[in-house]
Amino acid sequence: MPRSETEIGAGQHDFGAALLNPELPLPEGIVGPHGKNALKRFAVYRNNVTVSLIDALSGIFPAIQRLVGERFFRDLARLYIAKEPPRSPVIFEYGGGFAAFLERFEPLARYPYLPDVARLERAWLDAFHATDADPLHPGSLGAIPPEHLAGTTFIAHPAARIVKSGFAAVSIFSASREDRTLEGIRPDEPEDGLITRPSDAVQIRRLPAGAAEFFTALIAGASLGEAAGKTIARHPGFDLPSAISAMLEAGVFSGCSFGATSSEETA
Amino acid sequence: MTQSAPKSPIVETSRFPTGPLPPRAGAGLKTEHVDAILADEHRIGFLEVHAENYMGGGGPAHRALAAIRREFPLSVHGVGLSIGSESGIDPAHLERLAGVVERYEPAMVSEHLAWSSHDAGYFNDLLPVPYNAQTLDRVVAHISQIQDRLKRPILLENPSTYVAFEQSTMSETDFIRDIARKSGCGLLLDVNNVFVSATNHGWKPMHYLRDFPLELVEEIHLAGHAEDVDDEGDLLLIDAHDRPVADTVWKLFEIVISQAGALPTLIEWDNDVPEWPVLRREALLADAILDRLGPASLLGSRHAAE
Repeated sequence: MPRSETEIGAGQHDFGAALLNPELPLPEGIVGPHGKNALKRFAVYRNNVTVSLIDALSGIFPAIQRLVGERFFRDLARLYIAKEPPRSPVIFEYGGGFAAFLERFEPLARYPYLPDVARLERAWLDAFHATDADPLHPGSLGAIPPEHLAGTTFIAHPAARIVKSGFAAVSIFSASREDRTLEGIRPDEPEDGLITRPSDAVQIRRLPAGAAEFFTALIAGASLGEAAGKTIARHPGFDLPSAISAMLEAGVFSGCSFGATSSEETA
Repeated sequence: MTQSAPKSPIVETSRFPTGPLPPRAGAGLKTEHVDAILADEHRIGFLEVHAENYMGGGGPAHRALAAIRREFPLSVHGVGLSIGSESGIDPAHLERLAGVVERYEPAMVSEHLAWSSHDAGYFNDLLPVPYNAQTLDRVVAHISQIQDRLKRPILLENPSTYVAFEQSTMSETDFIRDIARKSGCGLLLDVNNVFVSATNHGWKPMHYLRDFPLELVEEIHLAGHAEDVDDEGDLLLIDAHDRPVADTVWKLFEIVISQAGALPTLIEWDNDVPEWPVLRREALLADAILDRLGPASLLGSRHAAE
């Protein structure tokens, strides 16, 4: 709970503001020993905060860093940090707004795929730290009586994420992370990405047309029949059987249930 | 009817070995060293992790730490509780720390005399506090809140600092002693921080150690520091954790051990992290000093008797 401070000198509010804005003067009461000045001394804290957060962002968004170059990335990160410092000490969760920041960042307007690549990177790290769960066994759907299949609902695996993109975000993400050039990639080709962690390693896949909507509906709790119906209505060529095999192979779900009552949910 | 495979949260089903941190050298755990540590014939005395790196739900980081914890004593070192914060302890973050502590049952839990969070957000650095009665009350209240939640005492680490406050009215050693006395916490003595702060503020490290309540120290930290200059062009040391422990810090460590006895001693190396053998070599240097000076120490009997 915030409480009123009656201390002489600057409180942590002023100290913090001066950390993030080097234009601000030294907070009141901050001194060096024996009458020494404290500007360079205070700059150590300014530098620690900024550099450690830039380093954190470069660890979270390595593909973006490789695409824009390290120097540009560090300048970019510095601007983002001043605009949106982390809210939580759990630094691996930082950067949720970085993609939106890139979207509005005029000098990068010629590279409109960058925000979606950043979304994939953020989703990749979320998947890396997500709670453990065994993916749904590939044989489990086969064990469901055919008349119950359409009514079957699923429980999303904690690591599963979907990123829809109007650009070739998945191909660009993969090329950058594998240190390959973007040669042969057409950036304007829409690609939806699926991120999962069926065992220890995070996996990323390009989804065929319609699959992102299909999985999104299932993750939201729609039954297999509802989700398939909606998807086929919008994507007449949607290949339902291969989408189902892909979701089992990728580990999008950790459980499923069927039957008359919803009380048969998995624990 | 369900078709789900049962969840298998490995770490929650196994019980870990119990016991205190041994009075030996340990190392700050880096993900890239996990396999080398598990395979090493030299069994490091213990490992220490930053709690915040293990506040996710699961995944490879937890699997690696669980493997380490099954074989080694563990110390959990928080960097984000912001014990000196004017805005209070974030209850959500305290819950996250409690989650890590319950999950790994560490031999030790420690935090810093510093703040890092305020209204504007989290600053990812250990920021200084003025040493006066008002800060003292606040820090004691926060440590009590933490210890109540964790149901165990924690250790508080002395900071490395670069600036002073006009509103300070106490010495750092008096301030820390009072905190320990009022809150019941133990102390983590970072010998590198002593040297860094002493240099930066013109204290004598020996005077600091003479005034520091060594009898309350339960763990030591050692690390490397970098050199810079202050506004007047004089030496300013930076607590960089990016290189070997300095000779001057080893000398201070010898003095501490010859007085306090052998204590669990952590080598911290967080930036420009080297291969495991380099870190292990630092740990072996610390072990040699602990072996040589610990048994003959002034306070050594208290540890031998434990």
